[in-house]
Amino acid sequence: MKKFLVSFLVLGIFVLYSILLRHKLPVFSKPSSLTSASVSSKNQTTATSSSIPSNSSTTSSSPVASSPPKSLGQYKDGTFNGSVANAYWGNVQVAAVVSGGKITHVKVLQYPNSHPASVYINQQVMPYLQQETIKSQNANIQVISGATFSSEAFIQSLSSALKHAKA
Amino acid sequence: MKKTALIMGMPITVEIASELHEALDAIDQTFIYFKEIDKRFSTYKKNSEISKMNAGLDRLKWSKDMVEVMNLCQETKTETNGYFDILHNNQLDPSGLVKGWAIYKASKRLVSNFSNFYIEAGGDIQVFGYNNQNLPWNIGIRNPFNIDEIVKVVGLSNAGIATSGNYIRGTHVYNPITKKSIKNPVSLTVIGPDIYQADRFATAAYAMGLDGIKYIEGQPDLEGYMIDKNGLATKTSNFERYVI
Repeated sequence: MKKFLVSFLVLGIFVLYSILLRHKLPVFSKPSSLTSASVSSKNQTTATSSSIPSNSSTTSSSPVASSPPKSLGQYKDGTFNGSVANAYWGNVQVAAVVSGGKITHVKVLQYPNSHPASVYINQQVMPYLQQETIKSQNANIQVISGATFSSEAFIQSLSSALKHAKA
Repeated sequence: MKKTALIMGMPITVEIASELHEALDAIDQTFIYFKEIDKRFSTYKKNSEISKMNAGLDRLKWSKDMVEVMNLCQETKTETNGYFDILHNNQLDPSGLVKGWAIYKASKRLVSNFSNFYIEAGGDIQVFGYNNQNLPWNIGIRNPFNIDEIVKVVGLSNAGIATSGNYIRGTHVYNPITKKSIKNPVSLTVIGPDIYQADRFATAAYAMGLDGIKYIEGQPDLEGYMIDKNGLATKTSNFERYVI
């Protein structure tokens, strides 16, 4: 029984981890759509069966086929709380902060922190990626990192710069 | 003291926060070292050791440096689940690792005499110590859509930073698993404990496409900044600690 619970927990953590990293909001919006479906639809089985494919598409993570840009801008601005999930040693709940259609922050509202193992696991699971739109910066810098500048490109750029310097 | 030279087909810059005459000598010695590396590892030079290897040079005749680089390439391939691969069209091309490795080696030679400097080769940088104002070296991340601009500034000391992308030399990085060239993201910058680590993982993670930033997130000593084709950047959870 304990083994089963542990393996279930590990599976749950992977699912949560992949959801956090994928920035897929469906997990946050799903409860509301499910609720509305079950309210509007008199046939409970329709709502249940429709939840299965959407659930599997949320949790399946194919490492090769990923297309985050397609989902850009589909989110509404605001802070969206996720549902509370039982993680065996306690509950986990996160909120997604969406600004400009992009997830800018994922807040951890609650997580199990009483058991040493769960604290350790949370440290592994909770890292998340953040997004922002790039903006040109004006700053005093010593050196630039970028994709390899070939000698030819460097000379070209340098000579154009020197032309400007002359004008 | 700062000097730039064109070696290995790219500009290489060394700056030492010192006005001593010895600093200039050390910079020139560093350039000589890079020229030696180029002679051995350039796939463009017919007489380089790597070209001879591709023409069938016996394994027993490989130099010590070459054996080291080949072992590191194999190690990196394993660590990145095959995404770092130096075999293209049946020819060995370790340049995805040699640049970072060479900068790292060159910086190790310099650090015995100087504590505040950086070495930059083709956009990959190793920094040690502090700049002339006694602050971490300020490093800009180039805008892949406009090479005259920078989009981020990070302050680094005793670290390496490398950017992989397809925006300057045209499409030249591809996914070794699917054999398709990488069109998205347009650039991936990796900060690591040294330039050897930053460069090899930037190369490998870039080949993973948009999933590369997740790979970097999973490495405890690496941080990353990925820019996709829409100009949207994704950063790892602790990247901000370097941002100025």
